[in-house]
Amino acid sequence: MLGFLGLDSLSHLFDHIPQAVRLAQGLDLAPGMSEPDVAEVFEGFTKANRGQSSLMTCFAGAGAYDHEVPAVVKMLGSRSEFVTAYTPYQPEVAQGVLQALFEYQTLVSRLSGLEIANASLYDGATALVEALNMASGANGRSKMLISAGVHPHWREVVRTFARGTGHEIVEVALRDGITDWSSVDASGASAIVAAYPNYLGIIEDMSLAKKLAVSNDALFILGADPIAAGLLKTAGAWGADVFVGEGQPFGTALSFGGPYLGLFACTADQVRRLPGRIVGETVDSNNRRSFVTTLRAREQDIRREKATSNVCTNQTLMAVTAAIQLGWLGTKGLREVALRCAQGTRYLFDELGDVDGVSPLSNEPFFREFAFRTNRPATQVLERMANDAVLGGVSVSQLTGGSDVSVPDGIDNVILVSVTERRARAQIDNYVDVLRKAVR
Amino acid sequence: MRSTAMPGGRAASAPLLGHEMEPTLFEMSVPGRSAYQLRTTGVPERSLEELVPALHLGDVDIAIAEVSERDLVGHFTRLSHRQFSVDLGAYPLGSCTMKYNPKFCDAVAADIGLNGVHPATPEALCQGWLELLVTLEQKLCAITGMSAATLQPAAGAAGELTGLLLMRAFHEANGDARRRVIIPDSAHGTNPASVTLGGYEVTTIKSNDRGLVDLDELKAALGPDVAGIMLTNPNTVGLFEEQITEIAAAVHDVGGLLYYDGANLNAILGVVRPGDMGFDIVHMNLHKTFATPHGGGGPGAGPVAVSARLAQFLPGPMAARRDDGGFEWRTPERSIGRVHGWHGNAMVLARALAYIEVHGGDGLTRVAERAVLNANWLRERLRATLPAAYDRVCMHECVLSATQLKAKFAVRGLDIAKALLEEGFHSPTVYFPLIVDEALMFEPTETESLQTLEALAQAIERIAARAASDPDSLKRAPQSTPVSRVDEARAARQLIATEDAAHRSLD
Repeated sequence: MLGFLGLDSLSHLFDHIPQAVRLAQGLDLAPGMSEPDVAEVFEGFTKANRGQSSLMTCFAGAGAYDHEVPAVVKMLGSRSEFVTAYTPYQPEVAQGVLQALFEYQTLVSRLSGLEIANASLYDGATALVEALNMASGANGRSKMLISAGVHPHWREVVRTFARGTGHEIVEVALRDGITDWSSVDASGASAIVAAYPNYLGIIEDMSLAKKLAVSNDALFILGADPIAAGLLKTAGAWGADVFVGEGQPFGTALSFGGPYLGLFACTADQVRRLPGRIVGETVDSNNRRSFVTTLRAREQDIRREKATSNVCTNQTLMAVTAAIQLGWLGTKGLREVALRCAQGTRYLFDELGDVDGVSPLSNEPFFREFAFRTNRPATQVLERMANDAVLGGVSVSQLTGGSDVSVPDGIDNVILVSVTERRARAQIDNYVDVLRKAVR
Repeated sequence: MRSTAMPGGRAASAPLLGHEMEPTLFEMSVPGRSAYQLRTTGVPERSLEELVPALHLGDVDIAIAEVSERDLVGHFTRLSHRQFSVDLGAYPLGSCTMKYNPKFCDAVAADIGLNGVHPATPEALCQGWLELLVTLEQKLCAITGMSAATLQPAAGAAGELTGLLLMRAFHEANGDARRRVIIPDSAHGTNPASVTLGGYEVTTIKSNDRGLVDLDELKAALGPDVAGIMLTNPNTVGLFEEQITEIAAAVHDVGGLLYYDGANLNAILGVVRPGDMGFDIVHMNLHKTFATPHGGGGPGAGPVAVSARLAQFLPGPMAARRDDGGFEWRTPERSIGRVHGWHGNAMVLARALAYIEVHGGDGLTRVAERAVLNANWLRERLRATLPAAYDRVCMHECVLSATQLKAKFAVRGLDIAKALLEEGFHSPTVYFPLIVDEALMFEPTETESLQTLEALAQAIERIAARAASDPDSLKRAPQSTPVSRVDEARAARQLIATEDAAHRSLD
């Protein structure tokens, strides 16, 4: 091949790169290893992860949940045609991904109770950032009222990106686990942001947030647990203008936090400000139903600095997987999973009533997780529980990184615990025993 | 140089069966059918009313679809057969780096010891993950010549915005309010979109007639209000910015920073490092350079590496090595804060580390050399058919132009791209970069063989011959694909983005 180019050495291909910046000795990295040797390196990593779900019973939630992912979803979702495809720029040879995304959009639209859903964003946290940008684009305002019931990491991500957009982020404190909307001045707000359930597991009455949005002519953005839609009211039913959510519960393993799936839906009147891709139905030149990415004029590669968002690569594979998982669950299955989460969580809550040194953070209704106080620092209790092979939940102060307006006092002793449909009664009973020992 | 062996990367034999439409999942639904099975829990049941106050209950069940497992498998398997992929055949989509994704990397990442770890696991119980992240950070820094890196950004564009927020934090820490970021007119669209979200204004500078940054134009645009410049090098026309040291000096002279868009990092692995060229901030697209599969449009991963003076601003927490040899989370002193809900696209990061370990320093250099060799071979091989927009040695991709075919036969670049699908190859990137008329951007990557490149060249020659003999057939292409050319205007005019908007007839 070099001869065809009239060259006698590969290095001549790089002759035009100034010598002054060239690497003289190559990269300062070890030489390549065989696959079995690299597998051994990775075995070292996996062995050192003592908290993996095969070795411990997982009661941790806080936005990442241990749900059933059946073989059929794993196998279909790992088909190499989906895994090794690129963004569907040539629709004639990308109908597989495009139709799966169309089905995904339909499902997200139904789960959210809103007309329009996009083809995915990175995760729940960054989906919320996009929702705020949509709100300021819609009404030209920049004051964002965010309930402290929104996941602490999401709130932190929002503050990070506000450095660039200049949004004013006003966090609204919780009182006994419920957002105290009356504690803030909502005038001039661009968006009212709430979480349903909130990150402490509590299901708040969303009509208060909705009223506040209406009276201030702000957008109502609701971050909702998509599993909850199997039982609870949808974002649309609460009157939300924008729904964002974390789609990990639909077929994606815990994965140490990623890749997950940012769910995004909105009312039809906001469609021109929609971030990311959207797939639409059309016909081909032979009048056959076809799918294609559409409303492309919003996107960065066409509108550049005036685009609604900079998103290009999204989380398509997770979106396709979510569609497969939801197809597996079906109408009844989604309701059944939601119901079992609620049953298991309530059972644990009731059983903890007998444990000395433990008390619920709040007596408000919850769905699939709740928080409780212990007589010791949460990290210490969780460490002791881990010695008995139970991942006992998440330390709330670890999530918030210290004091936070969501739990005004004693935050270091608060544990957030979650029960999914994968937890059997015997495991929950064991949890109670192990916790009792840990707080003794 | 011709080869008589058959190509391994041509997909024209693939039975993309049939031309009928696949029903949607919802159209296949039959009331009462289901596929799910959940474990027996033995948890005492409470009535719904006891569990959830009536105020919160939904009025009706969300309609998903009611299908059997067999129907579910049939549906998504047929959809997968209607999809082109790297595994099926060559995918010379310029700028996107659609190289073969080694299966080994997927396999090591799929271990439950990695994917079964909850992201809020106490650090003593996820030491393996922390070590993996620290190792990857070190290797990415060695490859780019930088001193620290965040692994949180989920994609290239997320990395860009993170980098711009770092730029902003750096200038603000110096009490230095700056307003503008310079971008060449050949840049990816994500660059200007990210600049706006970073709170800066875009100043676009024109490329010179060699397809490179015009140094005089750049100097004229520079000033004390310039926060920095975003550059892709090699740039989006596949050419190396030969005056990079002069560019870096000029930007640094006004106190600006240099941002390296790593979309094309695969071209320079082991040859030259962004840090040595004077860049301060570098994002990498692990799904391009380090071959993690692209998933039909994601997930990717867009780590951002920085020089020492910017490390204190990186998003936290970051995995770090303790003095006792263990690992912990640490947040840099003046961190801009999290840019991801957890720790980034961790499973993608694990795959990228496996790829780097298998290749090593020597292997990564060969990746760049062969990618550049393949692109130059293809450019030279097609010289008579589709001349390059800039006729000289390119890097990992070549931008060819269909202006001659358009002038002679009224055949456009898009027609050639569509006809190539009929020939069993994915199309190149069309009409990008914007500065080249009728652009066809080919990136063969290092993983395609000489035989495949020759077959690709012959396919393009056949298409060029058709342009002369039967140009209308190109405008009707493709016909052998699951659907023929789709009506994009109709999709935008009359938005149907969900099954519920489609108002299907029930006949």
